[in-house]
Amino acid sequence: MIEIENVSRLYGEVAAVSHVSLDVGQSEIAVIVGTSGSGKTTLLRMVNRLVEPSSGTIRINGRDIRDQPAPALRRGIGYALQGHGLFPHRTVAENIATVPALLGWPQTRIRARVDELLSLFHLDPALFRDRMPYELSGGQSQRVGVARALAAEPPVLLMDEPFGALDPIIREKAQDDLAAIQKRYGTTVMLVTHDMDEALRLGTRIGVMDGGRLVQYDRPQAIIAEPATDFVRSLLGAGERALRLLSLTTIEDILEPGDAPGEPVAAALSLRAALSESLWSRRAALPVEKDGRIIGRITRTALEARAAGPL
Amino acid sequence: MSTGLDAPRPMRLPIDTLGATLAVLALAALSLQPLMLLRPNRIAAAQALPFWNALPSGLELAFGSIMTLAALLLVTRVGAKARLAAGVAGLIALGIAIGLSAAHLAPPGNAYARVSPAAGAWVLLFAFALALADALVRMRLSPLGRIAALIVAILVLAGFFASGLWRDLSVLREYASRSDAFSRELRVHAALSVFSLLAAVVIGLPLAIAMRRIAPLRRVLLPALNVLQTVPSMALFGLLIAPLAWVAAQVPGASALGIAGIGVAPAFLALLAYSLLPIVASTITGFEAVPAETREAADAMGMTARQKLVQVELPLALPVILTGVRIVLVQNIGLSVIAGLVGGGGLGVFVFQGISQTAIDLVLLGALPTVAMSFAAAVLLDALIDLTRHQPRGKARASALTSEAP
Ligand SMILES: Nc1ncnc2c1ncn2[C@@H]1O[C@H](COP(=O)(O)OP(=O)(O)OP(=O)(O)O)[C@@H](O)[C@H]1O
Ligand SMILES: [Mg+2]
Repeated sequence: MIEIENVSRLYGEVAAVSHVSLDVGQSEIAVIVGTSGSGKTTLLRMVNRLVEPSSGTIRINGRDIRDQPAPALRRGIGYALQGHGLFPHRTVAENIATVPALLGWPQTRIRARVDELLSLFHLDPALFRDRMPYELSGGQSQRVGVARALAAEPPVLLMDEPFGALDPIIREKAQDDLAAIQKRYGTTVMLVTHDMDEALRLGTRIGVMDGGRLVQYDRPQAIIAEPATDFVRSLLGAGERALRLLSLTTIEDILEPGDAPGEPVAAALSLRAALSESLWSRRAALPVEKDGRIIGRITRTALEARAAGPL
Repeated sequence: MSTGLDAPRPMRLPIDTLGATLAVLALAALSLQPLMLLRPNRIAAAQALPFWNALPSGLELAFGSIMTLAALLLVTRVGAKARLAAGVAGLIALGIAIGLSAAHLAPPGNAYARVSPAAGAWVLLFAFALALADALVRMRLSPLGRIAALIVAILVLAGFFASGLWRDLSVLREYASRSDAFSRELRVHAALSVFSLLAAVVIGLPLAIAMRRIAPLRRVLLPALNVLQTVPSMALFGLLIAPLAWVAAQVPGASALGIAGIGVAPAFLALLAYSLLPIVASTITGFEAVPAETREAADAMGMTARQKLVQVELPLALPVILTGVRIVLVQNIGLSVIAGLVGGGGLGVFVFQGISQTAIDLVLLGALPTVAMSFAAAVLLDALIDLTRHQPRGKARASALTSEAP
């Protein structure tokens, strides 16, 4: 869907982005992580031509993005800015309606869409529709910014640290909401963050940037199992790798037939939670339950084998 | 320090500082200054009359007590509404007294005698008008409320004129003998001020927008406009006479368009020249105040350059641009007086006629409406500026909070 081919961007002598190539498949969520100043925002902004590459090509749906005028291209790409960027002179509803209005949607359709999005992000439309941006908290502004990016149901969505201003609990909720919305519309997402946990939670692929270069681009399991460089390893937090790996899979994946004593655990739980329960209750095996039925068991030996690395 | 334990003193005197000052001013003017001047003809020496000699018997007591009571009310710590009432009462009593006194003092059948307000009346006007303005500020009127207050003030003033109460005042006698000329010059004056402003906006706005994009244009034009602004107004009006006379003589059809060395053309051009810098400068400042992030959001949403300009940059820059418009309009209403000197018409005609004839009433006939128009323009535009602000003042906290997002 998005093909980035050997793209670089120079500012004077310095390369903010250097020879980056990556593909984001249809309906994938590619998360770009890296420390501050590593070129994440610059890479993202080249996809909707807010920044023009110094060299290299970018294609969306097989079509070079330079083939059409920038405004037309951008109306088909949702963009949530780092730090919301709401229009201070427009209400929440008008902000969200920006792209639909530019595309000439009828008023009734715009209004319905605005209310739908506000509800989706847990902002009561009756309460928030007519507020001005200065009447919102930082977290509310960010959610409105994301809603604005989604308003015209774009097939491609670019997000620059969209959940930075949210507290951990709301952030997890917003991440779940985003995942649900992405699934519903099949949107292709490119998301920038410097939070590895967010990357692991959301990404179907994770790209790690360091000093303008893409040092690794792979599935989350592969990133954890085989970090390409010491930098990637340090981003993962060396001591937590085993637990991170366990949190990526659910019990259902390593279910074995049989039974075990004690309280059952839910099949949808992550392996990490299962290991915790196994250690805490001093049981070498746990029964697994789904829809009120025991469907098998899970052993600590299998969990440990999983935590030690890929199959 | 305290003088002793046995004499506890109130922590604060129950006195309003500004109100007390204004009250002292008003009472001093009332008792020490003449209220009215009486002259046998418009240029003769005047006889000064304090209020107890200027008013018909019986009325002087009423006038004196109303003014004293209103002044004393201002001294105390009363609320804004009571101050408003004191200001209004003082001004209306003054207006009525001046009219009644003029009718009382003017010798019947004598068309030459002139009665006019004296220093005392002007100081009283100043003191109570200030009290009124202060009360309105304390009431924190909304922008629309301020416009409404302005309209009420205009209606009250119109009522005074329509009632004929002021008919015998010298300024109105001057008016009566040239009412046609007055309404013509008033229209010319207003048209000169407003149309030179509009021309400055039509030229200055695109110019400022172009200057943002084209740096060399900005480097050349902005200093040039700055220099233009520093030329003294009299000189600029005069400087335009020669080139315009030349244009009128040399360019076919120019004089048919009304272009001439003297008259409306040089006045209009001079006002336009003075207007350009404030308009251009405020437009540039206004656009610079649009946050870079907001501009980027407009781009990212797929707005074209024109859509970004019209939907985002102009609305956000508007309050700042309007402060430039306010400066220009108030300035032009004042400067248009000078048009009278180069044959451009306007209320300046009366001012300069009056000066040459040493007829102060005639000067006032030109000056007073000019002051009133400037004042009304300032109030109106201040209200408009507040109406176009998208974020109430003092709300900076909320936006600072949201921009803290990492
Ligand atoms: N317009 C610009 N002019 C010059 N240098 C720039 C410009 N934009 C970005 N850079 C530089 O390019 C580098 C990458 O910046 P970028 O904004 O892409 O970083 P980032 O990974 O998004 O960082 P952060 O996590 O802090 O947002 C930085 O060193 C930055 O200073
Ligand atoms: Mg960034």
